[in-house]
Amino acid sequence: MFRNNRLFRLIISSCLDLAPILAVVLVFQLAVIQQPIPNVAELIIGSLFVVLGLTFFMLGLEQSLFPIGESMANAFARKGSVFWLLLFAFCLGFGTTIAEPALIAITTKAADIAGGAHLIADNDAAKTDYALDLRLTVATSVGVAIVIGVLRILMGWPLHYFIIAGYFAVTVMTPFAPAEIIGIAYDSGGVTTSTITVPLVTALGIGLANSIKGRNPVTDGFGLIAFASLTPIIFVMAFGMLA
Amino acid sequence: MMTWLQHFLDTLLETGRDVLPIAAIIIGFQLLVIRKPIAHPGKTLLGFINVLIGIAFFLEGLKMALFPLGELMATQLTAPEFLNIADSTAAADWRNYGWVYLFGACIGFATALAEPSLLAVATKAEEISGKAISALGLRIAVSFGVAIGIALGTFRIVTGTQLYFYIVTCYAVLIIQTLFAPKFIIGLAYDTGGVTTSTVTVPLVTALGLGLASTIPGRNSLLDGFGLISFACLFPIISVLGYAQLAEWRAKKRNSNHS
Repeated sequence: MFRNNRLFRLIISSCLDLAPILAVVLVFQLAVIQQPIPNVAELIIGSLFVVLGLTFFMLGLEQSLFPIGESMANAFARKGSVFWLLLFAFCLGFGTTIAEPALIAITTKAADIAGGAHLIADNDAAKTDYALDLRLTVATSVGVAIVIGVLRILMGWPLHYFIIAGYFAVTVMTPFAPAEIIGIAYDSGGVTTSTITVPLVTALGIGLANSIKGRNPVTDGFGLIAFASLTPIIFVMAFGMLA
Repeated sequence: MMTWLQHFLDTLLETGRDVLPIAAIIIGFQLLVIRKPIAHPGKTLLGFINVLIGIAFFLEGLKMALFPLGELMATQLTAPEFLNIADSTAAADWRNYGWVYLFGACIGFATALAEPSLLAVATKAEEISGKAISALGLRIAVSFGVAIGIALGTFRIVTGTQLYFYIVTCYAVLIIQTLFAPKFIIGLAYDTGGVTTSTVTVPLVTALGLGLASTIPGRNSLLDGFGLISFACLFPIISVLGYAQLAEWRAKKRNSNHS
């Protein structure tokens, strides 16, 4: 009975999450653009799917992604091997980013721009190479970001020094980077963190902060994703300057 | 019905392929390095399947209902006929794009509120802070940030000003805020910047940016279409830090009134 109640609550909250999008779309379509909604049936079925999807996602989150992230953080902390923890951190960052669909889309577009601007040869082989190199660059940068983030939690270094240093690096590098790469570099920071990576990485950070003495999960546990959205900007601009 | 099932299975397979490297890393490290079985294998597997099905349904629903409509609206809103732009002088005037800014802000707010990654981080934050941080409050603060970010981002595309200038100004504001904000919120605030833009926001916002860049003369749709996402990443950090500062300031004021 309790389980049913929880499921019911999840469904209700998913409906509430979706409501603002529907409201914006309907109001603009009917009142501002003043056009009829093209496919009412598809809109209704699609919305039902979104609600179902959010409900299943939240259910699975509590059952698997959060506990697994935390239990692995605990196991690594008990094992006490910094090397394996950092290797795990790198693999997690690299592995989740390399397959990210949003990243694949953005690197393909970036290769088109580079081809059009004659930075690289304007043919398919050169573009495919360029897009793959860019993807590897971003994936490596996210791996490095999670490693730095985990090291920070282990050592208890304050987050803001890193962020300020990162911003400083971005600010100094931008005037020297090719103009074509700047927009892509800034955007690549945002697309690297997917729906599965975020809960897992968050749980890893909080689990680590929980199992190390003297760390506060609220102050020290967050910040891994912050690095993962900052280092790609730096790495992609460096890539643009070197390529 | 059959084509629909085919679509859904495709999406499920695609999501499965994205999850594969993550599952391989977790299982590999669990077996080879930690060398302990996973605590509740059945429950964990079920949870993974739930996450997979959830994401597949979510994406399929978005593809079916919201993306086509959102993209259609983005093109309709940025069409010269709708905006009443007769010639290039009118097109160059940023005041003619009021509806675009408003739509950008509204859709940014609404999509950020429904973003599953943000939901995950906010839930976790509420849980570990012992409800000191409210999940809904956090999500609303983030959504406001995304709304402002997208509105300003569309303004930038319309005026054709340098992306660099805006970003550096944001960085300066952020650094100052970071020095004065309560310490517990900093990590969380910076994390929310990265999680706001994934499944829902990116496609809709990209369509808006590309539509806008192709309407305005002198804009390159490939070059100027980029940059909106970085706005949507930076402004939530500012709004969450601001929200925390405001909350702290009000608490202080209340305390000094009492004493």
